[in-house]
Amino acid sequence: MRRIWPPLALLAAAIGVWELVVRAAHVPDYLFPAPTAVASSLADDSGLLGRATLVTVREIVLGYLLAIAVAVAIAVVLHFSAALRRAVLPILVLSQTVPTVLLAPILAILLGYGIEPKLVVVAVVCFFPIVVNAVDGLRSADPELVQMMRTLHGDRLAIFRRVELPGALPAMFSGARIAATYAAVGAVFGEWAGSSSGLGFVILQAQPALDTARIFAAVLILSALALCLYALVSLGERVLVPWQPEARNA
Amino acid sequence: MSESLLVANASGLGNSMPGVELEGVVRTFGGKRILDGLDVVVPAQERIGIVGRSGAGKSTLLALVAGLDEPDAGEISVGGAARADGRLARCALMPQRDCLLPWRTALENAALALENVGVPRREARDRAAPLFARLGLTGAEQLRPAKLSGGMRQRVAFLRTLLADKPVLLLDEPFGALDAITRAELQEWLRSALAKEPRTVLLVTHDVEEALVLCERVLVLAGGRVAAELDVGVARDAPRRELVTSPAFVELRERALEAIG
Repeated sequence: MRRIWPPLALLAAAIGVWELVVRAAHVPDYLFPAPTAVASSLADDSGLLGRATLVTVREIVLGYLLAIAVAVAIAVVLHFSAALRRAVLPILVLSQTVPTVLLAPILAILLGYGIEPKLVVVAVVCFFPIVVNAVDGLRSADPELVQMMRTLHGDRLAIFRRVELPGALPAMFSGARIAATYAAVGAVFGEWAGSSSGLGFVILQAQPALDTARIFAAVLILSALALCLYALVSLGERVLVPWQPEARNA
Repeated sequence: MSESLLVANASGLGNSMPGVELEGVVRTFGGKRILDGLDVVVPAQERIGIVGRSGAGKSTLLALVAGLDEPDAGEISVGGAARADGRLARCALMPQRDCLLPWRTALENAALALENVGVPRREARDRAAPLFARLGLTGAEQLRPAKLSGGMRQRVAFLRTLLADKPVLLLDEPFGALDAITRAELQEWLRSALAKEPRTVLLVTHDVEEALVLCERVLVLAGGRVAAELDVGVARDAPRRELVTSPAFVELRERALEAIG
């Protein structure tokens, strides 16, 4: 826990300077709200922001779980078929060059304005780092361990279950931790493409009203959500990968 | 407790006792002939020691016999099986590096081969557990490999190899990481265990004395071939201290060291 203090102190200092500068220069709230203005927006709009947060949390969590399920399933299939791996991996890389911001409106047209297109956007944003790390992790099994398994009656499935899959878990979690920081942004993109609730929708509505403090408040909540997801994934890693103490330092 | 230390399951392979034959075996790595027309015959249930310098091809030989590798020329058969999968089915290899799975406890590592043949996890562990005491591993059952000393890790790896219940044991420096006292103790344990329940054993070691104590015959590998072959004709049932100081034993050791060059 001691590692948490230096960044926290720096952040507090930055917020202090921000407050002082905004007040000293008499910057209007709609241009750049002071931290106290953001705080009072958080308090005053707590009902609205709370409801929006629940909507966005649902999108983030479900979309993220969808990403993990799809990414791990694809990684396993690619792991077992070298031909598919050669064919699919480049296409996966190519797919990442399509900006998600542009993908979101198309998905809204295809899937409507419910939660589904948001889940797909979150999943699309999150899935890539997980699948790439999972494929690498599965392939990087120590060949000596595999040989050892083969001399101990280990068939292909046993090698996968008992050597390759547990050995790939740290890599999968690395991918999942990176993806966790993308999920909130994905949900906002999804909401911007067509929605009537959620933190992304709140931001969209506050913009023409020049309610900048509310935008800042929503962004703050989104950051906190991403941080929570990251912490949850790190916790999951501690539970599921207890043999790898060095993975805990990230 | 049952005297049957080695038989762990009823796969049936433990009952047929195949010998190992190599004829004109050549294996090349990067243009270098590691094995250059190697001929070796190991009758069933014989314990044969293989000594030689680093890079003499000792580990290469074990990988070939185990069916993990194919020779560039020559024939290898284990109990009449010449194909790699047949050899693989008959051989258990204990690699030089212990190769314990870091995510499994010592007990789970030892029970690995049993789980691989479909024995339920609980039962596999129950069968492996009694052997921990025999190898001085009491209390280590629930520890992961990272918490074990080098010697303990090697003993767990050894146990795992035995529990695969294969008729041929290929041991690559099985006691390499152990201190001298533990090493002597485990050599004694293996000697008595194999006397009760014989297997065909190929023991690779850099320690000539270890090979002479444990094996009936010792091959010296040099230049990709058998440079010397020593029959350990001394009374091998004698206590270790008497054995290793007997003139016949000392002479055998001298001849082996000379052949290693």
